[in-house]
Amino acid sequence: MLNTFMQSRLRGLIVLALILIILPAFLGNPFHYELVTQMAIIAATVVGLNLLVGFAGQISLGHAGFFGLGAYFTGIATGTYGWPSVPALVVGAIVVGFIAWIVGRPILRLKGHYLSMATLAVGFIIAIILNNERALTGGPDGMPVPAFEIFGWELSAFGRYSLFGITIEGFQAWYIFASVVLLVAVWFALNLIESPIGRALRSVHGSEVAASVVGVNTAKYKSLVFVISAIYASLMGSLYAHFQGFITPAVASFEFSILFITMVVLGGMGSTFGVILGAVVLKLLPQVLADFQELEHVMFGLILMLTMIFMPKGLLPTLTAFVSKKMRKKAGGEA
Amino acid sequence: MFKTVIRRAGKCAAVAAAGLMMMSAQAAEPIKIGSFLSVTGPASFLGDPELKTLEMYVEKINEEGGVLGRQLELIHYDDVGNASSARNFASRLIRSDQVDIIVGGSTTGATMAAVPLIEQAEVPFISLAGAVVITNPVKKWVFKTPQTDRMAAERILTDMKDRGITKFGLISGTGGFGSSGRTQTLEVAEAMGMEVVADVTYSGSDTDMTAQLTNIRNTSGVEAVLNFGFGQGPAIVTRNYAQLGMELPFYQSHGVASDSFLELAGSAANGLRLPASPLLVPDSLPDDDPQKEVVQNYKAEYEARWDSKVSTFGAYAYDGLMLAVRAMEEAGSTDPEAVRNALENIQGYVGVTGVFNMSPEDHNGLDPESFRILEVQNGEWKLID
Repeated sequence: MLNTFMQSRLRGLIVLALILIILPAFLGNPFHYELVTQMAIIAATVVGLNLLVGFAGQISLGHAGFFGLGAYFTGIATGTYGWPSVPALVVGAIVVGFIAWIVGRPILRLKGHYLSMATLAVGFIIAIILNNERALTGGPDGMPVPAFEIFGWELSAFGRYSLFGITIEGFQAWYIFASVVLLVAVWFALNLIESPIGRALRSVHGSEVAASVVGVNTAKYKSLVFVISAIYASLMGSLYAHFQGFITPAVASFEFSILFITMVVLGGMGSTFGVILGAVVLKLLPQVLADFQELEHVMFGLILMLTMIFMPKGLLPTLTAFVSKKMRKKAGGEA
Repeated sequence: MFKTVIRRAGKCAAVAAAGLMMMSAQAAEPIKIGSFLSVTGPASFLGDPELKTLEMYVEKINEEGGVLGRQLELIHYDDVGNASSARNFASRLIRSDQVDIIVGGSTTGATMAAVPLIEQAEVPFISLAGAVVITNPVKKWVFKTPQTDRMAAERILTDMKDRGITKFGLISGTGGFGSSGRTQTLEVAEAMGMEVVADVTYSGSDTDMTAQLTNIRNTSGVEAVLNFGFGQGPAIVTRNYAQLGMELPFYQSHGVASDSFLELAGSAANGLRLPASPLLVPDSLPDDDPQKEVVQNYKAEYEARWDSKVSTFGAYAYDGLMLAVRAMEEAGSTDPEAVRNALENIQGYVGVTGVFNMSPEDHNGLDPESFRILEVQNGEWKLID
């Protein structure tokens, strides 16, 4: 019963939506809202990255580069040149998608570690450019980004909005907005996975040789999914920049790329809801551990290590396997 | 639980007995001072002494009866030198911990990342970071205690001018500090009618700057050399400078004004000049210097408590905390608007870094003269001006 429930993709989406609806009851103050909003944005990025890592089996160590490019495109277009937010976001995503396509074509011919190395280099190049083009990006000290704006509406985390007689605070509005974005991101990813493209990708993951033998154009699908995941990162980077109000080249850093990959691996490669859990855990840990000060990094590393040793498939797949095993045992006992 | 009630009651009684203030139930609440600092990570040399200073003086103020009859409570987070976590912790301080004032932000990046949020949340904020962008243009809720890099450039160039130098070569690091310093130096030089005849840079990971220095030496008309940088880069530049046997007057920025720089550069540093906090030469200050006592006390107290060398960066936190305390006392409350107004009107506060005269146009309140020009002589700092 639970097993079929978990396997149905739309039900998963409904569970996620329910969680997002119920969650505000447990959020004590604006800071909690803010944290969850960030988690949603990062989770949507990781859902995109998971398409590449979890389904196509390609490792990208430079994804923060695309995230940072999106963030800076938005920051520069809206802040310096006064563009409205939505066109900036869309054009940014197209530009990043195009860059990913150009970069991806030669890179995705490489296999295994070479691909990781190449994406690593791309990420570094982007980070260095953002650091050094001081006139454009503000250099290592970063740059401010104006509030997000939809159809003349400014969505600021400090504003107050009334709609149909209900007054909501800016941080609540952002929470709702980010939740919707996450749901759309997940819905799109789930559909893509179930489509012929998704099946082709999984065949590439299973065995590239076998896939090409049965007629799958592996290079084409790999570069397609690379572009899609880069667009995910760029869009979320743009939203992140608006939400944060200030960006520094750290958003494109190697550490951030590693964090993204860690979220995928920790949550469960190839499990869309698992990687969301991974993002939540990794965003939450630094805040939970903040009180431990010096021990923070030690505990952070320890938690990651133990999870990888005892739950090598990732958090969610291990947990669901555990639960469904129990359920089956119980059902068996009754019969 | 019972114990803390007793302890708190005891404290209240002591304060009341001292006749400091009438205690109301509300006034017994501690005043919350929030801080986000780079205590670990690459900027820990800033955040570590800053945190130690805050901790020790919050303790001291509390022992002396607190502020407005209330105890201070320090809530601090470590941003690891990462701007986005600095912003998140600033948000946590404002929204979750609901602090009354924030004293923190070790680096310019961390400070600037938190500024939009702080401006919107309307909480007084005293930054401990250097770059001029923090207070120029003036932001309503943002103040800072260190001198700006622009002042450092002004101080150095004024000293050059006094020595009759009008053309100099500039070598700067490409990091945040170096590149901001370079921009300011170029602007100040133009304003003062001086000429930067050579302008070269090095990256943070370079291990030899002989090429750049040779380039400067071969530029015709160069009369002095200025290095704007942070970390180990300037020490390498200094050693290369000596190895090349360059005789021109040599200047460093305030970024290396610490004893560890002297250790790194060794005898090569002899003869170079830099602008620095009086904290490096507490005993050479003339007796009529208003800062002398403050500087000596801070140094003595810090070194006694932590058993480690005092640092200029910790002094920024000292001044930040004392300015905050003074503003709250003058405002007579912790109302953000009142504290902010009081901060803006602070005149003649004698700190370790300098004498602060705030105004609506100047949220830093220091003048370039608060930097002392020091020269390295026989491996030690010597006060020149």
